[in-house]
Amino acid sequence: MISQGTFARLPDLDEDDIKEQIRYAISNSWAISVEYTDDPHPRNVFWDLWGLPMFDLSDPGEAFRQVRACCEQFPHHYVKVNAFDASAGRETTALSFLVQRPLGEEPGFLVERQHGPGRTSLYSLKAYATEQPGGKRYQ
Amino acid sequence: MTTTIEEPASADRWNAGVIPYKRMGYWRPDYEPADTDVLAAFRITPQSGVDPEEAGAAVAGESSTATWTVVWTDRLTDHSHYQGKCYRLEPVAGNPGQWIAYIAYDLDLFEEGSIANMSSSIIGNVFGFKALKALRLEDLRIPVAYVKTFDGPPHGIVAEREMLNKHGRPLIGCTVKPKLGLSARNYGRVVYEGLRGGLDFTKDDENTNSQPFMRWRERFLYCMEAVERAQEQTGEIKGHYMNVTAPTVEDMYERAEFAKQIGSNIIMIDLTIGYTAMTSISKWARRNGMLLHLHRAGHSTYTRQKTHGVSFRVIAKWCRLMGVDHMHAGTVVGKLEGDPNMIAGYYDTLRGNNIDTNLTHGIYFDQHWASMAAVMPVASGGIHAGQTHQLLHHLGEDCILQFGGGTIGHPMGIAAGATANRIALEAIIKARNEGIDILEDGADILRRAAKSSPELLAALDTWGSVTFDYESTDTPDVVPMPS
Repeated sequence: MISQGTFARLPDLDEDDIKEQIRYAISNSWAISVEYTDDPHPRNVFWDLWGLPMFDLSDPGEAFRQVRACCEQFPHHYVKVNAFDASAGRETTALSFLVQRPLGEEPGFLVERQHGPGRTSLYSLKAYATEQPGGKRYQ
Repeated sequence: MTTTIEEPASADRWNAGVIPYKRMGYWRPDYEPADTDVLAAFRITPQSGVDPEEAGAAVAGESSTATWTVVWTDRLTDHSHYQGKCYRLEPVAGNPGQWIAYIAYDLDLFEEGSIANMSSSIIGNVFGFKALKALRLEDLRIPVAYVKTFDGPPHGIVAEREMLNKHGRPLIGCTVKPKLGLSARNYGRVVYEGLRGGLDFTKDDENTNSQPFMRWRERFLYCMEAVERAQEQTGEIKGHYMNVTAPTVEDMYERAEFAKQIGSNIIMIDLTIGYTAMTSISKWARRNGMLLHLHRAGHSTYTRQKTHGVSFRVIAKWCRLMGVDHMHAGTVVGKLEGDPNMIAGYYDTLRGNNIDTNLTHGIYFDQHWASMAAVMPVASGGIHAGQTHQLLHHLGEDCILQFGGGTIGHPMGIAAGATANRIALEAIIKARNEGIDILEDGADILRRAAKSSPELLAALDTWGSVTFDYESTDTPDVVPMPS
C-alpha cells in the first residue's frame, strides 16, 4: 500500500469524507483537480489530468461527480484529488489526497543497489507494477 | 516624552577630549528614518544615574562610528552619514529603568549579503559597554534594498513541498535517540523504523557529528540505506538530516558532498558553525539541490533573558537572509522555552512576506521580505501525539513537528510511535478541514482515530496527560487586553 497524500495513513475516505474535503478547498477558493496514474513511483509527480482543474467552484457536488467519473473509468489506477492555492507567495498544491487505490493488489516496490566504491550504493526504486506496460497494471 | 534636542554639530563638537555621545550627533529625535535604513530596537537598561538619552546615543555611537573620544579623522568623512542615529526612546511599560531605543543605520554601513558584517556592526562591540547594565537587541528592520542582496533559503517551503510531494499537513520527524553512543548500524535502525512507520524525516542531533563511537561516514551510509528501505516500504519520499557540522569548513564540504553523492536530499548544520560558514553551506545547498536544515544550537545562551542579549526573532531574520530551508523555532507546548505570542512572532518572521509591527508578538517593525523564500519552522522538544491539535492550532500547517522521545519511546516500538504520530496528525487535519473546532475537540478526535489504530491508542495512554507548564522567561511587554 503506497503511503502518499495528505491522508495516507487513515482508513480510506468515503463519499462524505471526500465531499467535506472538497468543500473545505472550495471555501478557501482553491481550484480542484482530479488526477490518475498507474505508476506509483514517489517521484512521479505528473499524474494524468482528468480534464482541467476546476476553478471558481461553488458546489462540491460537481467536483465529486468528476471524481466518481474518473474512478469509474480507471478502476485499476490510483486517483487523487488536488486542491490548488493560487494566492501570492503560495501558488502551489494546498491539499492532495488519494480517493482510489487500484482494484488489484498493490505489489509494492523494490530497492535495487548497485555497488559503488567505498561501500557506497547507488540506489534505485522500482514499482513492481511498472513491469507491465501502462494501462495493463493492477489487473 | 519631552526631550532636549542637542545640536549635532555644536561649536565644541570637535574639541579634543571626551564629550557626551548625545552631543556628537548620535541622539537625533528629529531624524526621519529612510526606507533604505536598517532600523534596530534595543532594550537598554542604563546604569543608575545615566541619562537614558545619552545611553541610547551611546548605543548608536558604539554600534557605528564612535569611539570613546573625539577624533579629528571623522572630519575627513561625511561623518553624519555614517553615524547610527538614536531617533526615538520609549520607556518600557511595567519595567522601570528600561527603555526601547530605536536606532537607524544608513545602508552604506553594511556589506552586501554579509550577516557576519551586519552582526559585527550592530552587536559587535556595544554589548559590553560599561554605562549600561544590560542591553538587548529586540528586533531589526532589514530594508528591502538590503534583503535583495541575500540569496535566502536554498529552496523554501513551496519548492520543498513540491519536491517531497507532501501537501496539506505539517511534516513530521524525529531526532534519533540516544543522540550519543549508538553505533552507526544501530543508529540507522532507528532511522529505518521511524521512517517506515510514517515519519517524513529523521534527524541527527546537534552534537551528533563524528565522535569515536560513530564516525560521520558510517552514519551517512547506514542512514541512506535506511531512507531507501523506508521508501521501498512506503512508496513515499523520505529523508534524514545528515549533520555536516565539523571542525573546519573544508570538512563540512567533504561531508556535504558525500551526502549528495550517496543520494540524500537534505543536509543539516548547527548554528554554532558561525554565520559565514552557514552562508557558504547555504550557497552550496542551492547549487546542489539539497535541502538545508538548521539546528539553533546554543541560541538560548543569548536569546532567552529578556534584558540582555539578542532576541531570537533577530536570529530568525538573519537565518532567513543567510538561507536555510528548516529552522527550529519553538513548540509552545513542549519542554523548551516558548511564550505563545513570541513564537507566533518567530513563525511569522520565518514564513511571512509582509509582516506588520505587532508588539504583542514582539515585532517592533514592519518587515518586507520582497518574496524571499520562506523558511519551514521546526517544532522540537518534548512534544507528543496527544498534543497534535494544540500544535496545529499554535503553529499552523507549514512547519515540521519533531517527535523524538514521542516516537522512539513508544511502548510498541519506534515504527508504531511514528505511525501514532502520523495518524494523529492526519486525523486532526481531516477534522479541521471538516470545520470541527480542533482545539475544543482535539482529545476526542484523537481518541476516535485511535479506535482503528492501536499505535495511537498506546501513545495516548502513555503520554496523553504529559504537559510542561512553566512560566516563560522571554515574554512580550505588551499584553492584549480582553475587550
